Amino acid sequence: MADSLDQIFVLLKHWLVALLPPAAQPLVAVVLSVVAIISVFGALFAITTVFERKGLARIQNRYGPNRVGIPFTKISLFGFGQPIADGIKALIKEDLVPRAADQIVHYLAPIAMLVPLTLTLAVLPCGRNMTALDLDAGLLYFFAVGAGAELAVFMAGWSSRNKYSLFGAMRAIAQMISYEVPLILSTVAVVMIVGSLSPVKIVEAQAGYGGWLPDWFVFTPWGLAGFLIFITAATAESNRSPFDLPEGESEIVAGYFLEYSGFKFAIFFMAEYFGMFAAGGMAATLFLGGYAAPAQWLNWIPSWVWFFAKTMGFIFFLIWIRGTLPRLRQDQLMNFAWKFMLPMALINIVAVALWHFMTPGIPRWLVCSAVVVGPYLLMGHGLMQNQHVGKRVYRYAD
Amino acid sequence: MTIPFAIIAVLTIAAAVGAMMLRNLVHCSLALVVAFVGLAAAYLQLDAQFVGFAQVLVYVGAVAILIVFAVLLTRGGEAPEKSVFSSSWIWGTLVAAGVFGMLAWTINNSFASQREPAEKVEATVKQIGDALMTKFVLPLEVIGLLLTAALIGAVIIAMKEEKK
Repeated sequence: MADSLDQIFVLLKHWLVALLPPAAQPLVAVVLSVVAIISVFGALFAITTVFERKGLARIQNRYGPNRVGIPFTKISLFGFGQPIADGIKALIKEDLVPRAADQIVHYLAPIAMLVPLTLTLAVLPCGRNMTALDLDAGLLYFFAVGAGAELAVFMAGWSSRNKYSLFGAMRAIAQMISYEVPLILSTVAVVMIVGSLSPVKIVEAQAGYGGWLPDWFVFTPWGLAGFLIFITAATAESNRSPFDLPEGESEIVAGYFLEYSGFKFAIFFMAEYFGMFAAGGMAATLFLGGYAAPAQWLNWIPSWVWFFAKTMGFIFFLIWIRGTLPRLRQDQLMNFAWKFMLPMALINIVAVALWHFMTPGIPRWLVCSAVVVGPYLLMGHGLMQNQHVGKRVYRYAD
Repeated sequence: MTIPFAIIAVLTIAAAVGAMMLRNLVHCSLALVVAFVGLAAAYLQLDAQFVGFAQVLVYVGAVAILIVFAVLLTRGGEAPEKSVFSSSWIWGTLVAAGVFGMLAWTINNSFASQREPAEKVEATVKQIGDALMTKFVLPLEVIGLLLTAALIGAVIIAMKEEKK
């Protein structure tokens, strides 16, 4: 029973494909996977927008959307009809294109943004046997395809012929390139231990349960450090607060998608959320055991539930910090990436090498923890000394 | 020649031609990106996953951004007034044809063309990694050193000079 529930989508797909003539089967199997990815993550995007607005509202002592329900009735779905209303609004809104804009590039930019980020979702193992594209070099594919989004940001910012757009694009690209380095280096630790770039193999390597904790990489010294580096860098990669300088409303209005309206704006919005889902799914796959349950006795819950629970957990974490942390300054952002994150990611690789060569036991834990925590404290202390952090002084408004 | 290869080839060549012919420099660099992607698709079609993805990661993710930044920070990407063709294009064509003929002749007569095509091997990423870390570790390290030197050089050039 639990097994068939776990595999229900796989069985459903096999059953549907078997109904068709053999000639059409491979094509239909691929199309079914694509439809599943787009519809599931599309629906998650719709729900997440409501959760985000409600969550932020709660943090700011407001109610957030709570009215939209089924039209012409008094049924309110606690505001969960909001994404449908938003979608209709985006569709019927006038599509404004600046006269000076570069028409072709301006038109292509939202597409160039959405396509790569949707493609990255294909390699995530969403459940047992539920990987749409099970590649030997899956992790490489993930980062290679995801890098395409940077160019789309540039296309949007440049083609709009707006200074704020170009500022936003420049900021976004500088940030994405800087944080991509620690992001990829933090995953190297996992690849070194597993010995494979395939996300499915990485999840399988974390499948056991030793003692009272599962064998997830986050429960090792290097894994915890890698996980923290990964989620920090992933937050910066997806331009989320506190790294949302590229769209800082108070400085550059909205950043690179300033000159977009209607559904093109909605596509940018969607692409940003797809990027967040991809980052959360990859964080879960690499460090949190992917679709594995956290304890042996919880194995009856289907694997896909665990994957999406972990991914959404990351999304909620992002919403939480968006509501509570202030935005960084550009120089702080760059200093943090190059002077702190990059050395930490490199030190983490040393720690993982030690972990690999030492025999299991308490000494291995102590040595690896010291290798990670020592530099963390020293570097953090050293960098903070030059910062002259003190009470904020208001020069003009007092 | 298969249909996927034909599509990839046409797309890549069209993009490469666009990169040469378009008037706006930013358009040219974007067309060049399409050519890079087409090349990656050709690698993938040959079952070379690692090379294909590395091509995308390095060229689309990094080199293209570098080109675009360079264009923006130098000439502002304004379209030139006059024709994109140089006044001495006849000589250019002759030199290009000569170089192409020379290269084609050399390749056609080299040992590589006489070599039997190797049996189709499935090169996994693991095998490539093993080879890089054992047999080809010295070239890898030398390239790493070279790139580090280039990086430090770039930083030194960009560094603010202290006032004396």
